[in-house]
Amino acid sequence: MPVTSTHYLFLSLLLFSIGIMGTLMRRNAIIIFMCIELMLNAVNLLLVSFSKIYADPNAQLFVFFIMVVAAAEVAVGLAIIVMMYRKVHSVDINILNRLKH
Amino acid sequence: MNIYDILFWVLSATAVGCALGVILSRNPVTSVLFLILTFFSISGHYLLMNAQFLAIVNIIVYAGAIMVLFLFVIMLMNLNADVEPQKGQLVQLAGVISGGVLFLVLLAAIKTAVPVTVDKTSIDIGLIANLGKVLFKDYVLPFEISSVLFLSSMVGAVVIGKKEDGVAAKADA
Repeated sequence: MPVTSTHYLFLSLLLFSIGIMGTLMRRNAIIIFMCIELMLNAVNLLLVSFSKIYADPNAQLFVFFIMVVAAAEVAVGLAIIVMMYRKVHSVDINILNRLKH
Repeated sequence: MNIYDILFWVLSATAVGCALGVILSRNPVTSVLFLILTFFSISGHYLLMNAQFLAIVNIIVYAGAIMVLFLFVIMLMNLNADVEPQKGQLVQLAGVISGGVLFLVLLAAIKTAVPVTVDKTSIDIGLIANLGKVLFKDYVLPFEISSVLFLSSMVGAVVIGKKEDGVAAKADA
């Protein structure tokens, strides 16, 4: 059975769902952030596979721009986590519920 | 079953297994190392699909820069001492169930997709010469805007990350 587009769809879907589960399961802000990176990579993998299937370089450029935005996002997000750690001495997201009260 | 298929299955198993390791391991440093392994196997997939430029960029940017940043922050906060309080069993179960339900719904949506065999003839799409031509012909404006994005995110990270004088003075007093 040769590898087809469906294989890549299933693999990306599996990785994306694992990312979603990790985001919902964990309380550590850094792990949640890493799961978001995992989801971005699942989408990148799917885009590259379709770029290969349809012989279209535009999708690979999109992956390139997604990586650029992810790098910028990580820089700002980790700065926010460091600031949060400095204020409350924890990276537990359950502390950040003051908007509820 | 040729070498392409064998490599596909090995890399897929590595990627999924290491992704599970990211969300299941208690120690954040172990999670980071598992995530780096996942990125390496995804880079292997890119190489299989002849996207050489993206494979190298994925290793340099993700495994090289972003994950080192994560590791640096974890070491800085001394989080490797496994002190993370766990969510209750109920919340974890709810997370797994909702993730699984999303998986099933999307699976049902794509199960009727017509399988297209991966084209192994076009080998020069992912080369940097070809991608560079497309990038600087069709995507010049997004390229320049992304440089502004980088500058603003750099300034934002420095502004957020620097110590506030007022807070420090209050803590001293």
